[in-house]
Amino acid sequence: MKTLSFAQAIESALAQAMSADDRIIVMGEDVELIRVNLFSRFGTKRVLNTPVSEGAFVGAAVAAAMAGLKPVVEVMLVDFIGTAMDAILNHAAKVEAFTNGRWKVPLVIRSACGGGYGDGGQHEQSLWGWLAHIPGLAIVVPSTPADAGGLMVSAIQHEGPVIFLEHKLLADYWLDYMGGNNRESVQFDVPPDGAYGAVPDQWGAIPLGQSAIRRKGKDITIATVGVGVHRSLEAATMLQKKGISSTVLDLRSLAPLDKATLCKSVEKTGRLLAVDEDYRPYGLSGELAAVVLEAGISFQYARVCTEETIPYCRAREDDVLPNKTRITEAAAKLMNE
Amino acid sequence: MEPDVWQLYRSMLKSRFFEEAVIELWNQGKISGEMHLGIGEEAIAAGVVALVQEGDALALDHRGTPPLIMRGIDPVQLLLELLGHPDGLCGGMGGHMHLFSKEHLVGSSGIVGASCPAGVGFALAHRYLRPGKIAIAFFGEGAMNQGMVMESFNLASVWKLPVIFICKDNRWAITTSSTSVTSGALVERARSFGIPAEEIDGVDVAAVWNTTKPAIDGARGGKGPAFFHMHCVRPEGHFLGDPLIRIARHPVKGMKPLAGPLLKSVTKMKGTSLKGRSESLREVVTSIGTTMKNQRHKKQDPLKRAREKLVSEKAKLQKMEEDVRNEIQKAVRTALQIARQKTKDASV
Repeated sequence: MKTLSFAQAIESALAQAMSADDRIIVMGEDVELIRVNLFSRFGTKRVLNTPVSEGAFVGAAVAAAMAGLKPVVEVMLVDFIGTAMDAILNHAAKVEAFTNGRWKVPLVIRSACGGGYGDGGQHEQSLWGWLAHIPGLAIVVPSTPADAGGLMVSAIQHEGPVIFLEHKLLADYWLDYMGGNNRESVQFDVPPDGAYGAVPDQWGAIPLGQSAIRRKGKDITIATVGVGVHRSLEAATMLQKKGISSTVLDLRSLAPLDKATLCKSVEKTGRLLAVDEDYRPYGLSGELAAVVLEAGISFQYARVCTEETIPYCRAREDDVLPNKTRITEAAAKLMNE
Repeated sequence: MEPDVWQLYRSMLKSRFFEEAVIELWNQGKISGEMHLGIGEEAIAAGVVALVQEGDALALDHRGTPPLIMRGIDPVQLLLELLGHPDGLCGGMGGHMHLFSKEHLVGSSGIVGASCPAGVGFALAHRYLRPGKIAIAFFGEGAMNQGMVMESFNLASVWKLPVIFICKDNRWAITTSSTSVTSGALVERARSFGIPAEEIDGVDVAAVWNTTKPAIDGARGGKGPAFFHMHCVRPEGHFLGDPLIRIARHPVKGMKPLAGPLLKSVTKMKGTSLKGRSESLREVVTSIGTTMKNQRHKKQDPLKRAREKLVSEKAKLQKMEEDVRNEIQKAVRTALQIARQKTKDASV
């Protein structure tokens, strides 16, 4: 075991995979610099700088994957995925179905997501629910370095398209753009166990669709992903002081979704609190309720989500994103119902 | 007609002082998030915005501060927005990449290239609602590789819309050298859509004014769109916190966190050949070297260039500079005072 940052863990897993399989190429805006370690080791043929042309390079990656390569494409922020959406929605996600399973698209799209650093509503969205809505896509949202690396190994091995979302409060390279250590007065609420952590010496695959129970409790099941996991764990500690015992379930991937573990846990606790940094309507939080209802389980339900366009103003932003206070209050309220 | 160089210089100076104040506030952590400045492209903004009339529209990119200041947006309101204050230009909701002023018909976007379809749409509305008015779209040369930019050129041309496309070429698409990812000549792209196009020195504010004036007048008169490829510099990098700038300014401190992992990675067993690896390293070093060289190009400062022509009237020049400095300093003091007041109210 060794300790790596979230971003280093992904890079390390990717490097391991790239050295074992020549078909893996990395492409995206600025990757020669952002992924300078991979670039310097694997060279210009394996790490390709692209122009700001998401529609073209994501679209090209889809067909390159169909023709035998295993592209790992970077869309700098998930908010920027709009210009590449046709390639994802109508092509990457459809080819396997259109060919009745004969032709697959082994593509990984890496993208930074999430808020909490004051960049405003066009740069801090999560959008995983929006993406997971589309059949044919796998959506992965890791919350720790060990998961980030293990899930990256799985994403590369996966036969279909995977969207791999890296929360900016966990991926330190992004916070470095906010001035790094030259701007000491700026503090971000970075979950320490998410940004740094123990990782294996040799990466193995963590299967997609397998959730992780981060904390076990009997009164309430808090289901979440990404930074939400850490906010929920903090809330669970506060709830414990009030005598409320929580299970915190890290879903790790939205598609495929680990329905079995979710249902089993809610069946035991009788309460589900969905904590989702993505928008509330028509998303992950509602989907979790539907899945448990469809399993015939009766339970009480609440959710803490992002309710509106994320405000630029830091104080308002912190209120809009799911925080430990909102989670604690929602859980306590659910207990009293 | 000749441009009023005094007025143009004043306009650029106001923007520069404002953005210098922004740097300080950002460094102090009072402004959050990323920060993209328009330092280095003031001549382009000033030359074009000086030709803007009431009723014209501006579609801006992520470097919207200079055109907004030059268009006459209240600097206090703008600063309050950057401070995330409810009295800011957008109520603290937008921030520097998402600045809007409905009354001035100014919109901005942090999505690369998005100002081009916006410019086309503003111009389309003008045709129905404000004949004789124009729209101006500002964007970087990095945006020239976005499909929506090419699509906008075509639409503007076939519909003969009064939109002026201003491509500000600072040679870098984020932290990638633009020429390494861009084919052909940009003016040729526009011309192939039937749009008249010119390439000019965007550091020379009088040249910007002189070259764009006939096109803007023409667009008002129904002659359709025009495209300008203007060269400039970006001494502050893509954004404050740009790793290339940090390394260029403080090579030892800047390289320190990079060097260890880089050395470790480049010496790992599996990977490309030694030749391939040194080729990669050479590219990284070239990027850093070019950034360092750009830092020394003081002649490329549009303000210095404009000032040279005015320096013969020293007293008048110094008075103007002093006035503008005081104006911005006063705006900063006022904005900070309002922001502090709010914090005090909140803590009571």
